[in-house]
Amino acid sequence: MRGVLATRDRRAFVEQVMGMPVSLHVRGAVETAEVEAAAGQVFGTLRRADAVFSTWRDDSDLLRVRRGDLGPGEAHPWLAEVRDLCAAAQRQTGGLFSATFADVHDPTGLVKGWAVERAAGHLGHVPGISFCLNAGGDVWAGAGLGAQPSVWRVGIEDPADRSRVAATVELSRGGMATSGNAARGAHIADPRTGLPVHRTGSATVWGPSLVWADVWATALFVDPARGREALEGADPAYRCLVL
Amino acid sequence: MRRVTLWALSTLTTLVLLFSYHTSTSSQGGGAPVIAQGPASAGSANGPSGGSSSGSASSGSSGSAKSGSSSSGSSGSAKSGSSSSGSSGSAKSSSSSSAARTYDGGTAQTRWGPVRVRITVQGGKITDSRAVVYPNGNGRDYEINSYALPILDQEAVQAQTANIDMVSGATVTSDGYAQSLQSAIDQAHL
Repeated sequence: MRGVLATRDRRAFVEQVMGMPVSLHVRGAVETAEVEAAAGQVFGTLRRADAVFSTWRDDSDLLRVRRGDLGPGEAHPWLAEVRDLCAAAQRQTGGLFSATFADVHDPTGLVKGWAVERAAGHLGHVPGISFCLNAGGDVWAGAGLGAQPSVWRVGIEDPADRSRVAATVELSRGGMATSGNAARGAHIADPRTGLPVHRTGSATVWGPSLVWADVWATALFVDPARGREALEGADPAYRCLVL
Repeated sequence: MRRVTLWALSTLTTLVLLFSYHTSTSSQGGGAPVIAQGPASAGSANGPSGGSSSGSASSGSSGSAKSGSSSSGSSGSAKSGSSSSGSSGSAKSSSSSSAARTYDGGTAQTRWGPVRVRITVQGGKITDSRAVVYPNGNGRDYEINSYALPILDQEAVQAQTANIDMVSGATVTSDGYAQSLQSAIDQAHL
């Protein structure tokens, strides 16, 4: 996988975590042990998040708490942190985002963006780099210690033809998330009805936080018009594109 | 001339989209520079100055920016253009060479207010195109840099596809990864 002879100015790491490909691209001083260590920590944090929040693993903290095998006080503190964020997200979006379905708490819709943003914190300590992390379409860009961010040109997939790009956005710092049905069928539910959202297309949101970009992308996919209104009222630092 | 301005880019098939423009200058996280327009553009911001939204080029400089074969006439108008849109032009060219010039396209009316595309031309080529939003009424416009507006003009997008760094879409699964555009980009840098 490595076998480096010449110095590269950009380097990619890819691992499968949480059932999806996670791509980390680094620019700047990329051939250092610090970069490799930080990349390992990034993927490690994502695996840890998977172990805590997965709804596919019986031994995740989330499912053990749900079953009553684990007291809320014994569970990983991330659970409480994310639960609070989910409640805030539901309020801010006017109910277009919800992590409660049939009285069951399922933070899956928020965890990915949250985990990526948190994992990327490891890269903020590495001198001389800028980076962009992409976990299955959730993108986070930033820079290391004392380093200038660089521009990452992010293509927004055309939901009608996934081999094409419908728009591009230049991101140098911050997060971008896209919600849609293209990849996994109708898996997003409208919290107001509990029914799956069957429309085609996608909603993309970008701004200072990936957690919130992720939340708003879901809200705007569920209801573009009302989602946009809520977003404008809640936080003007975010931009959105609904295709 | 003064108000319609020179410019080039086509009728940017604009914005079949929603985007949230905001009058707020905050864009906190990125510290996006907010660029106030000169008076000429501010005037046109208040109304879709007639005809400009059709995308037809203004007199004189027609299409020159696009074709790039800057004749003396169009270069003259380019000068006046960059001075009328003063600060934005200088913001761009501060980092690049002085040969780069910015042009504003016609204003397209969208549900969310008037929007136009601003392109940068250097050496006869379009080196950048971005949407600039004119919120209604307040006579100022904002170019959003760190949280830039999307480029939707298909010609520009397809021209850039080869240079895309990342792809955002509905969640990519492990199964679909091998065929994805992101995978191709990753391969180039592994």
